[in-house]
Amino acid sequence: MSVVDQPFPSASPSADAEPGVPSDQQAHRTTVPSRSKPRPPRTRRQITGIRREDVLAFAGAVAAALATTALLWTQLAPFTGIVGYIVVSWVLFVLIYALLVAFDNNRPTVRDRIAAAIVWSLAFVVGGALVFIVIYTGLKGWNALKHLNFYTHDLHSEKPFDPLTKGGVLHAMIGTLIELGIAMAIAAPLGLLVAVFLNEVPGQLNRLVRTFIDAMTALPDVLAGLFIYATLILIFHLPLSGLAAGCALGLTAVSIICRAAYVVLRLVPGGLTEASYALGSGHWRTVWHVTLPTARSGLTTAVILGAARAIGETAPVLLVAGVTQYTNFNPLSGPMNSLPLEAYILVSSGLQQFVYRGFGAAAVLLALVLVLFISARAVGGRGPGQLTSRQLRRLMATSRRDLTRYAERTVAGHMVAPSNTRSTE
Amino acid sequence: MRSGVPSVAQGRKGAVPRKLTYRLSASDRAFRAIARAGGVVVLVLLGLVGAFLFYRASQALHKAGWSFLTTQTWNPNGGGFGIAAVVVGTVLIALVAVVVAAPLAIGTALFISEYSPRSVQRFLVSVIDLMAAVPSVVFGLWGFELLQWRINSVARWINDWFGWIPLFKVTGITPHDTQPTATAYTSSTFAAGLVVALMITPIACSIMREAFSQAPAGEREGAYALGATRWGMIRAVVLPFGAGAMIGGIMLGLGRALGETIAVLLIIAPVFKIQLHILQQGTSSISALIAGHYAEATPFEVSALMAAGLALFALTLLVNFIAAVIVSRSRSGAVSEA
Repeated sequence: MSVVDQPFPSASPSADAEPGVPSDQQAHRTTVPSRSKPRPPRTRRQITGIRREDVLAFAGAVAAALATTALLWTQLAPFTGIVGYIVVSWVLFVLIYALLVAFDNNRPTVRDRIAAAIVWSLAFVVGGALVFIVIYTGLKGWNALKHLNFYTHDLHSEKPFDPLTKGGVLHAMIGTLIELGIAMAIAAPLGLLVAVFLNEVPGQLNRLVRTFIDAMTALPDVLAGLFIYATLILIFHLPLSGLAAGCALGLTAVSIICRAAYVVLRLVPGGLTEASYALGSGHWRTVWHVTLPTARSGLTTAVILGAARAIGETAPVLLVAGVTQYTNFNPLSGPMNSLPLEAYILVSSGLQQFVYRGFGAAAVLLALVLVLFISARAVGGRGPGQLTSRQLRRLMATSRRDLTRYAERTVAGHMVAPSNTRSTE
Repeated sequence: MRSGVPSVAQGRKGAVPRKLTYRLSASDRAFRAIARAGGVVVLVLLGLVGAFLFYRASQALHKAGWSFLTTQTWNPNGGGFGIAAVVVGTVLIALVAVVVAAPLAIGTALFISEYSPRSVQRFLVSVIDLMAAVPSVVFGLWGFELLQWRINSVARWINDWFGWIPLFKVTGITPHDTQPTATAYTSSTFAAGLVVALMITPIACSIMREAFSQAPAGEREGAYALGATRWGMIRAVVLPFGAGAMIGGIMLGLGRALGETIAVLLIIAPVFKIQLHILQQGTSSISALIAGHYAEATPFEVSALMAAGLALFALTLLVNFIAAVIVSRSRSGAVSEA
């Protein structure tokens, strides 16, 4: 391995030549420190993977922290409560872990380990809280959810102490779907149109609209309800109805859809649109045939996410939908209940059976949001222009057909003019 | 799309740059007109919201005058009404929420972008997005039924040991009381703030994660090459890069927290006086005031509620505007040289 031992070093120093070793010992006489003592064999430092010391330090710290806290709680101090137990053992864990790591590491490593421990625990708290909320809602609502009548009946004839085998939230489910439909009928076209406008038509108006959309995101949802209440109901004397609720929800969803769609449209590669312009197509053709199809999956995701947000809004609905326990299919007349509103009303009534039904309604709502969300991820989640394997196969097949078509034409002696070629769609 | 044609004049002296004009076809003109119309509709809608709120509120504002900002009670039909108490309540709830949510959001964002294994990263991002879409009423029910009772011990502990700080004082309860009443600490600013914190954490987190994951790879590797540990790299590269997004995300969360209605309405017990003790039962917020009072309101009372709504809108608008400025001024999203 060492070059020093060679009497005549080779002209090209080998790759592992150490600095300080002369390449030409005849010309420059440099004193090379003699190595009388044999160098200890070098071992490779392990820089990835999990080391045994780390595992031991971690496990030791966990055990020590839990044991110390248990001792404190049961024997030494008059502490009680599970929250305090967790907090104290966590603090002890971090301290002991730092100490253990400090035994065989330097200061920066200790700091790194403490930071890692804190970041992991913070993420764990957030994830745990989400899982806990979802499971809690499901468990608490299970008493009502397990009865089939919960999905097939409304609640108009039920007395407060009727068992859970009677009555359900069908009216709220229907109301939610109708209101969501109205909201999306307003918000999806408008949101997408404004996103296209922001992306395609520059100018003074563009900047103004962008500012307003940002301001609209800041609009608290209760104010959307208040606005609809002030206009449709107080001025145009519309009754409290599903239509008003749909309008209020639509108002809150426009800015969400618009911002999400705008981001997706901006990601459409400039090369694609420029190619379209270079081929001589106009603005509208480019938007319709290039920009929008390229961003299709992202736009769908934007709309579905907007729907998922709108479906859970309670405050606007609370102000303008009215409360009823009857099934109402007509959004134009009569109050219409919806799942979030029903959950709110039932739980705040405080009666045990109603609380169960309220949590059941919340669980159904959560399931709806989950379905919307998963479908959004299934449709979208790909960047613009990224195709599914099926789309890719279809595109390749079209392309191959075109190729054979051209070949046939050339054989037939036709010159293929560019304007005659079919674009590969 | 229509700019960026290099001028010919740069190359040849004296040559007049060619005039490039284009004529829009009928369909293009129609397209632009429709797109503009969409923009105008949004302008008009939001303008109407603002104008209506202002118009309907003017009646109440006119009657109350400046005392609207300083009065604590809410009694529009007779006597005074004002937003001093509700604004303080709103801001305190939002501040509690932000103080709790900021570390959670930063930690989770760092975890997803820096610590979690690559293979689950996409899944975790989806989970956070899903958490942002969980309806606020679900959080509210959870806080109402469970959390505000469970955190009683925490609130009692804070009161016992930090009760001398005015913010944590609870009047009417002796410290170190071994048998406190069960409802002593429920329906408080603290409980509402905690629930709202969980609601805004995913929103702030997803903005931060986005910025963190865009921290330039070259600088990351540079830090590692200089011998930094992972935390050293995060402190030297990721956090400075994402600083703007961190502040912006927190401000955006603050905006959401200020306007949150249903969870707050479920938890708090309305009290119309300035409540600075965050552990004490009873507080109020603008959105909860509106949602709780509109139903049996007289026309004048509706006007007063609109005025309160206007104040809330102004507050959230201000916060969001500051957030937008901070995010756009920061380096986040910028590509590093080389």
